[in-house]
Amino acid sequence: MATHHSRSAARFMMAPAVVLLLGWMLVPLTMTLYFSFKKYLPLRGGDLGWVGFDNYVRFVTSSSFWPSVMTTLIIVGGVLLITVFFGVLLAVLLNQPMWGQGVVRILVIAPFFVMPTVSALVWKNMFMDPNYGLFAYLWEFFGAQPVEWLSQASLTSIVIIVSWQWLPFATLILLTAIQSLDSEQLEAAEMDGAPALKRFGFITLPHLGRAITVVILIQTIFLLSIFAEIFVTTGGAFGTKTLTYLIFQRVLESQNIGLGSAGGVYAIILANIVAIFLMRIVGKNLDA
Amino acid sequence: MARSVTKQRKIINTAAAWAVSLLIFFPILWTILTSFKTEAQAIADPPVFLAFNWTLENYAVVMERSNYGRFLWNSIIIAGGSTLLGILIAVPAAWSMAFVPSRRTKDILLWMLSTKMLPAVGVLYPIYLLCIKFGVLDSKIALVFILMLINLPIIVWMLYTYFKEIPGEILEAARMDGASLKEEVLYVLTPMAIPGIASTILLNVILAWNEAFWTLNLTAAKAAPLTAFIASYSSPEGLFYAKLSAASTMAIAPILILGWFSQKQLVSGLTFGAVK
Repeated sequence: MATHHSRSAARFMMAPAVVLLLGWMLVPLTMTLYFSFKKYLPLRGGDLGWVGFDNYVRFVTSSSFWPSVMTTLIIVGGVLLITVFFGVLLAVLLNQPMWGQGVVRILVIAPFFVMPTVSALVWKNMFMDPNYGLFAYLWEFFGAQPVEWLSQASLTSIVIIVSWQWLPFATLILLTAIQSLDSEQLEAAEMDGAPALKRFGFITLPHLGRAITVVILIQTIFLLSIFAEIFVTTGGAFGTKTLTYLIFQRVLESQNIGLGSAGGVYAIILANIVAIFLMRIVGKNLDA
Repeated sequence: MARSVTKQRKIINTAAAWAVSLLIFFPILWTILTSFKTEAQAIADPPVFLAFNWTLENYAVVMERSNYGRFLWNSIIIAGGSTLLGILIAVPAAWSMAFVPSRRTKDILLWMLSTKMLPAVGVLYPIYLLCIKFGVLDSKIALVFILMLINLPIIVWMLYTYFKEIPGEILEAARMDGASLKEEVLYVLTPMAIPGIASTILLNVILAWNEAFWTLNLTAAKAAPLTAFIASYSSPEGLFYAKLSAASTMAIAPILILGWFSQKQLVSGLTFGAVK
C-alpha cells in the first residue's frame, strides 16, 4: 500500500530525529575517543600531545579504579537484589483483592517521581542524620547507639536510598506482568490442590521471568550511572565512589580530561554490554 | 475474576498492603508534614507526628527567597521545552515508522534505543566543551536541547507503540472516501493519536523534571533548575529541616501529581514495550 511517494515522504519525516540522534551519538563519542588518547589538562598546560594508550592504562592501574568498580558492583547488585525480591513480593500482594487498591498503588509508585536530589537530601538529613534523623531517635528509643549512616555504613545507606527510589519501578512492571497471567491456570492448580507456595513457584514466578529480566536490564543501565544520590550525600567520600563518580571527579574536579575520557570509554563499553542483552529482548518483542 | 475470596482474607490483604504502602510512602509523608512545622518542632525529641502547630511560614520563607521562583521557572522551561521540542521531532518520525514501515524500521528503532544507553558521564567533557564553544554553558537552551536528545528515543518509542495501535484500515477507508493527506492527518489520525501523545508528554515532562546529571553539571547561577536548587541545601545541619522540607515539597508536588496520572503509561514507556 505504501507507494514510492509515501516512502520518500516517510524518509523525510524520519530525517530530523535520525540526524539529531546520529549527531548526539557520534560527535561527543568521537571527541571522547580523541581526548582519551591525549594528555590534556585544561588548567595545567592544555593539550600536551598524543600519549597512545597511556590514559587507558593509567585509569585502570590507579589505586581508586578497582575500589570504584567494587563500589559500583555492590550498589548495582544490592539495589537489584532488593528491588527484584521485594518487587515480586509487593506485586503479588498488590494483585490480591483488597479495598483501596488504587490508593495503595499510588502510594507505592510515589517515590519514583521524587527527584533524585530531593530523595537523597531527605534521607540524608531527616532519616540518617546521627543527631536529628528519625533513625537516630528510633535507635535511641531502643537503647542503641545511633549510627552515623553516611560515614559508618555509607554503602548500605546509598543502597537503601536508591532501592527506595527504584522499588516502585520494579513493583509496577512486575505487577503489570502478573496481571497478564491467565487466572484460570491458577484456579485449575488451586482446584487440583496445589498449595499457594507451589502455585507461586511453578506458575507465577516462571511467568514473571521475562519481566524480571527487563527490570534487571533497565535498572542496571540507570544504576550504572547514578550520580545525584552520591553527589548530594557523601560526595564520593567514605568508599562511595562509583565508576561514574570517579570519571566525574577526573574530568570536572581534577580537570584531567584525557584520563577521564579513557574512563568514559570504559563506562560506555560496560553499558553497551548490558544494553546488548536488553536490545535482544526488546527486539524480539518487535516481531510479535 | 471468578475466584471467590473469603472476607477474612480480603481484610488481611488490605491491612498488609496498606501497611507496606504507607511504609514506602512514609519519607514523602514525613517531608510534607515537616514542611508545616517550625524549625524547633522539626527536630523535636521525641518527633511529633501530627500534634504540632501547623504553619505556612516555611513556604513563605522559601517563596521569599527571590531566586526560588527562578529555579522553578527554569525547571518548567527546561522540562516543558525539551518535551515539546522532542514531540515535534518525534511525531513525524514515529508516524512514518508506524504507517509506512520498511525493512529497516526495526533496526532504526533499536538503534535509537541504543543511543539512550550511552552513559552520560562518558561524554560529559565533550558536551561541556561544546557548550562553552557555543557560549551556552549555564543556559536553558542547552539543557532544553540536551534533555530533548536524551529523551527522544523514549518519545519516539512511546509514540510508535501508540500509533501502531491505530488500525490502518481506517486510513484506507478515509482515502477511499477521497480524503486528502492533509484531511487524513487532521481529521482521522490526530484525534486518535491525541491520548497517546498526551501520555508521552506527561511521562517525558516527569523524566526531564527529575533529570539530575546534566542539570547539575551544566548549570550554575542562571539556568539552574530545581534539582540544583535542592542540591544547594546539601548540609542544612538540622536547623533548616522545615525549610528544606517546604522546598522539597514544592519541587516534587507538581510532578507527583502528574506522575500519578501517568503511572499506567509508565510501564510500556519505560520498558520500550517489552512489558505490557
